[in-house]
Amino acid sequence: MESLYLLIPISLVFILIAIRVFFWAVNSGQYDDLDSEAERILFDEEDDLSNLE
Amino acid sequence: MTEPLAEHCYHCGLAVPAGVNYSQMIGDKLRAMCCPGCAAVAATIVGSGLGSFYKFRSAPNVLVNETSLEQYLDWDIPEIQNEFISENGQGQQSIRLFIDNISCAACTWLIEKHLGKLTGMESVNVNGTTMRAEVIWNPEQLRLSEILNAIHQIGYIASPINDSSDIPEIKDQTRQLLLRLGVAGLAMMQAGMVAIALYAGSFQGMQQEWQTLLRLVSLLFVTPVVFYSAQPFFSNAWRSLKMRHLIMDVPVSLAISLAYIASLYATFQGAFNASAGNASGEVYFDSISMFTFFLLLGRFAEQRIRHKNLLSLNRGNRLPPVTTQVFPPEHYSFEQSEKSARGEQSARSEISARSEISARSEISAYGAVIVPIKTLMKGDFIRVDSGQTIPCDGIVESGDTQVSEALLTGESNPLTKQPGDLVYAGTINGANPLVIEVSATGAETKLSTILKLAERAAMHKPRWASLADRVAAWFVGALLIIASSVAWYWYLHDPDRALWITLSVLVVTCPCALSLATPTALSVASSVLRREGFLINRSYVLELLPTIGRIIFDKTGTLTEGNLTLLHIEPAGESSSGNGSINTQQILGWAATLEQGSQHPIARALQQTVAGHIEQQQVVTGCGVSGLIDGDRFALGNPKWVAEIAGIELSDSREKDPLLTKGIEIGLARNGQWIARLYFGDQLRESADPAVTELRKRGLSVSLLSGDPSPAAAEIIQPLALCDYQFSLQPEQKLQTVQQLQAQGQSVLMVGDGINDVPVLQAANISVAMGQASELSQINADVILLCNDLRALPRAIAVAAKTRRIIKQNISWAIGYNLIALPLAASGYVPPWAAAIGMSASSLIVLVNALRISRGLRN
Repeated sequence: MESLYLLIPISLVFILIAIRVFFWAVNSGQYDDLDSEAERILFDEEDDLSNLE
Repeated sequence: MTEPLAEHCYHCGLAVPAGVNYSQMIGDKLRAMCCPGCAAVAATIVGSGLGSFYKFRSAPNVLVNETSLEQYLDWDIPEIQNEFISENGQGQQSIRLFIDNISCAACTWLIEKHLGKLTGMESVNVNGTTMRAEVIWNPEQLRLSEILNAIHQIGYIASPINDSSDIPEIKDQTRQLLLRLGVAGLAMMQAGMVAIALYAGSFQGMQQEWQTLLRLVSLLFVTPVVFYSAQPFFSNAWRSLKMRHLIMDVPVSLAISLAYIASLYATFQGAFNASAGNASGEVYFDSISMFTFFLLLGRFAEQRIRHKNLLSLNRGNRLPPVTTQVFPPEHYSFEQSEKSARGEQSARSEISARSEISARSEISAYGAVIVPIKTLMKGDFIRVDSGQTIPCDGIVESGDTQVSEALLTGESNPLTKQPGDLVYAGTINGANPLVIEVSATGAETKLSTILKLAERAAMHKPRWASLADRVAAWFVGALLIIASSVAWYWYLHDPDRALWITLSVLVVTCPCALSLATPTALSVASSVLRREGFLINRSYVLELLPTIGRIIFDKTGTLTEGNLTLLHIEPAGESSSGNGSINTQQILGWAATLEQGSQHPIARALQQTVAGHIEQQQVVTGCGVSGLIDGDRFALGNPKWVAEIAGIELSDSREKDPLLTKGIEIGLARNGQWIARLYFGDQLRESADPAVTELRKRGLSVSLLSGDPSPAAAEIIQPLALCDYQFSLQPEQKLQTVQQLQAQGQSVLMVGDGINDVPVLQAANISVAMGQASELSQINADVILLCNDLRALPRAIAVAAKTRRIIKQNISWAIGYNLIALPLAASGYVPPWAAAIGMSASSLIVLVNALRISRGLRN
């Protein structure tokens, strides 16, 4: 059980990092458009009209 | 071989009208298009190599009219664009645009790609949530009008917008709440994990040392939740207490802070007494974080919908026209010797001063100067081209035209205006250019008088307290009393347990479910209705809708389309020889060809069927048009005039349908022979009849209040099952009628579109403006019917009734749960893990129940 004294601080460090990254992401505007950014990766660059229904 | 064309427009999804034949090659197939507008947009999209848009999009587009650069040229005038544009250091300009009609993520992609191809474009960033675009460009190579036109070419309408105060605030609020939510979520997961260990420990036994360690760890996780994430609850509760008013945030804050303090106490008491081995008390860290997370999630959903409605409400600046053409007196004096002589001295100096300000303003043809409307003054002479909105009240100086006053008065037929007649700001010049002497501008116009009436009406609007607020105040009061009496009782009988039992009462009865009951249901219902084209601007609408007893419609533009349409074609009788073979298709083609190029409302009603070429076209204002098609001489217009120029006898109409004879009747003759009569008029919306029937079926009274004095008005609404109707009403009379009904205790919903409806919209308990309504009525309305489909109204009432039912279920569930849990907790039988489970389960049930609103409505 003594391993908890090591493992818990490590998990704390990870949580801190996660929160820092989350704050950075929100404050740099990455969550400002919750509607279209998620789909942007699906749009190809070149014009390909095959399989158009 | 071409594919058989589908009957729905590939671009906008609307049905393709019969006899219309537009198409566009997209991919490997020819796709049907419903109108030249859609065809042009599709051609631009495919032509610029962005055709895969049609593959990416997840919703059909919205139909827009064809565009021309001229329509946007006003935006190049410095005085007009200045308040919207900002410059950066490198000589580039940037602007924020509101973009209408963004329906899916692919739209943002299309706009960014298309604009990115313009020379001189620096960067484009479209935000699909806020429906706004940030555009930066190089003014040396590109003009604002070209950017706006390029957006229009791919089927979106952009308007410069100046919401410097709104947008950053909304952005900040969203980011803030997202951060709080994220912190609470992460902490909830961690505290939950630790809690499993603690619960396991309390069942199987656990050394005091490890229990204390785990409690300290969860304390570490939960502290930021209390001091950062839950902070809005505390500040709201404090604000409401200062105003001597109980809201849901009061017990929420109380539960969070008490649970936190007590858990803190238990943790440290346990730590200090560890050696003694008799730690008492429980920790509620996992409940605190979970509770805060759920509540913030509800708030976030609610705020997103509120912001979205706010953002689509502020649709940017596109009050057309922003400029007008003023005649400098010296240019106009030869026609207007007497009147201009009177004010020449002062008028000339003013106009030259204005021309200096607008260094780049152009001199149009006819010697008029283009100036922004706000510089217009009484006594100026202005020119209003056909199709333009008249910017001020005035007297017609020269010209002979037809003006549509539908928005201002509800009159559906265009009125003939000749020299000496009065014209009003906000009305639309239909047929020919006019010269007007300005008699009133700005606040003195008839338009502004109506708006002042609206302001007064708004002050008398009935107020509405939402169900949740009423329940909350009552519930919170009861809860506080019960908690304190429980504390007092246990303090007298067993002081050691008093704190813990009181706390478990507060946690078990924590009004999480209750405070989620209403907002979740309202959020789901608003987003369901938004998809139906029913955009709610005020939060009380959904709760108020089921109480409405009377629906009042305006006529022109609400129950009817609001513009002239071809109602009927009556070919001349078989008695006239040789006409038997003529079909209506040919008649339409000829009529449309004759009217080609005209801005007259009748020409617009016919424009989709043009099929030929006209020579020697002659337009006689107020009478009609004549010309040669394929060598045959045609005349179309007022039957009397046609009879005169074709040299034939005026025959009586055979139609006995009163509706037709009271609309506008037009005759068509070929080579001195009658061919047909065409009847034009305003037409009922397709959705009007089913909507009224459906509303009546729900037991509602349906009335009509129209400002239209024309006799056709009564006939056109004949097919509708209305309870009662009144015509020729002034805005004040409409207002009085509604206020009388309200005085009798009726709850009134008003649907309108025109400026004359603004006062009555303000007075009604709920106001609905049509999607094509004047901007003024939209701003003042509680709801905007974006789809223009009246059937959305009974559907919305059904959704609202369902929402009300669900809110009631949620509230009774939350209260019922509390009634069972409270006695158990008060008598000390609820361990903390059971309290936590009960609390989360009741919140989840409320959330899932709210989601049911969106089910079963799609058919």
